[in-house]
Amino acid sequence: MANTNDSLTSVIELGNTEHESVVNQKRMAKRKLYDKLFYRLCQSTILLALVTLVILVVHIIISGVSWLSLDFFTNFTSRFAEQAGIKAAIMGSMWVLVLTAAFAIPLGVSAAIFLEEYAPKKKWVEWIQINIGNLAGMPSIVYGLVGLTVFVRYLNFERSLLAGSLTLALLVLPIIIISSQEAIKAVPLSLREAAYALGAKKWQVVFLQVLPAALPGILTGVILSISRAIGETAPLIVIGALSFVAFTPASIWDEFTVLPIQIYNWASKPQEEFHQLAAAAIIVLLVLLFAMNFLAIYLRQKYQRYKL
Amino acid sequence: MIKNIIFALLAVSLIGLTACTKGSRQSKKQVKIDGSSTVYPITEAMAEEFSKVNKMINVTVGVSGTGGGFKKFLANEIDINDASRHIKAKEVKIAQEKGIEYLELPVAYDGISVVVHPESFLTEIKVSELKKIWANNDVKTWKDVNPAWPNEKIKLYGPGTDSGTFDYFKEVIVGKKNGFRNDYTKSEDDNMLVKGVSGDKNAMGFFGYAYYEANKAKLRALAVAKNDTASAIAPGPATIQDGSYSPLSRPIFIYVNKEASKKAWVNEFVDFYITKSMDKAAGIIKQVGYIPLNDSEYQALRNKYNAFKEAGM
Repeated sequence: MANTNDSLTSVIELGNTEHESVVNQKRMAKRKLYDKLFYRLCQSTILLALVTLVILVVHIIISGVSWLSLDFFTNFTSRFAEQAGIKAAIMGSMWVLVLTAAFAIPLGVSAAIFLEEYAPKKKWVEWIQINIGNLAGMPSIVYGLVGLTVFVRYLNFERSLLAGSLTLALLVLPIIIISSQEAIKAVPLSLREAAYALGAKKWQVVFLQVLPAALPGILTGVILSISRAIGETAPLIVIGALSFVAFTPASIWDEFTVLPIQIYNWASKPQEEFHQLAAAAIIVLLVLLFAMNFLAIYLRQKYQRYKL
Repeated sequence: MIKNIIFALLAVSLIGLTACTKGSRQSKKQVKIDGSSTVYPITEAMAEEFSKVNKMINVTVGVSGTGGGFKKFLANEIDINDASRHIKAKEVKIAQEKGIEYLELPVAYDGISVVVHPESFLTEIKVSELKKIWANNDVKTWKDVNPAWPNEKIKLYGPGTDSGTFDYFKEVIVGKKNGFRNDYTKSEDDNMLVKGVSGDKNAMGFFGYAYYEANKAKLRALAVAKNDTASAIAPGPATIQDGSYSPLSRPIFIYVNKEASKKAWVNEFVDFYITKSMDKAAGIIKQVGYIPLNDSEYQALRNKYNAFKEAGM
């Protein structure tokens, strides 16, 4: 960066008289200084963010890692920190992950296909588009309230996995729709035209050409939004997901707890050991999230047929 | 490969949708509990022990706060509500309107502890002084409370207004009808209050005894004098149990829905709850930082529940 600037100044200097070159040098020095300052500013912001993250993660690992053991995964929660584990929470989180994906992905991807490929360019479509954008920015607790009113109370699903997953599916739906739309939008027009030229019907073009081409992008968006759902606490607390559960769910009608709620519960206990236990559960959650994000990147790299 | 993924996704969603059919929903043996975070540790411990011996009965405990729990209790959504205060008049009214009968069972004592920094000049305090501090925003320094105290700014920490602990403290210290200052640092997370008070020499806060006991090294609990002539009593297992730590010693309750108690497994759980609370050898209540009732009180509790059951049968 600095090198390019140097050569640039010398080029300018060549064409100037001595006096002008002194003035220019001053000007250039000032510009270079600004350039450097801006560079340092950007650098320090990223450093600040990284340092904070590292401190947090290191702090959590130090206080939690000694509690990670096989028992920690196979025990239910307990009033004795040494016997407490995350069996119910991790099973609950897994159920929620699968169910939320099952509800949100087909709906979200279909909606994106419709909006990109079929929807006419009319006012109402634009209106829907704006609303989806707004919904994506809504605080998650609002979805909790919707879930409580509609799924828990009105549809009488009670505090079941079904109610929880549907609520989280609603939460991630706008994000899935938007990211899938972006992926579909990025498929080159030439691909569609080639398919049409070979006599393909519209649905064949969409389903056999556009969708596979857009899939890496769609998958990335989907996995990132599902990992958001896994880390959510607020909407689940609102619909009444539970703190003490000593069984693993056997069907979608069962009650459940999830990792973030277990963490929240342990962190608010008076005893220090439970705070360490919360840190251990945070490590598990972090590993889970890292794994999902890694999978997203991997899938994108692997199936990227077209450099979009 | 990519087509396979698409088909796999479709398959997963189909399975998801078929699993939605209501047919799989059976009546399960479950005991649904919600309510106060103060009572939660006790109920959690009871549920833990109960689940060990009754694997077929699913006990679940939520934490919605005493008020939030009563809302669910009065909507027949839960069988038992954990409560750190008595049911309020307007809640009783709703219960009557809906024809919900219930029984209040005190299960343990808690002593709301008034805490300061270990290096604070204070070791004891009168209720009248506490009232002065917490009633309104006018009191800014220790000197405003008592001319003999230092002229330094008081930093106050306490639970938010939704908490049953707040309700009880307000009622016995400043009075039900009177106002309560609103400029103190509020948190629903008692650990935050512990952090606040233990980090500031001029801080004062209040919360349940369990949080004081777990942080004894970082805090000092003030002895409280119930009036200007009485001697100050420090909170501790003995003074909380016999009520001499007055007026901040309080019973905490579970509320049992009568209709629900007719279900064999709910009845079994409540019975277990009472039996284990009485069981000194097990000492569950003490383990989680609360103070058990005395023997005769537990006997009265058992009789009360039995009478309630018989009346319902």
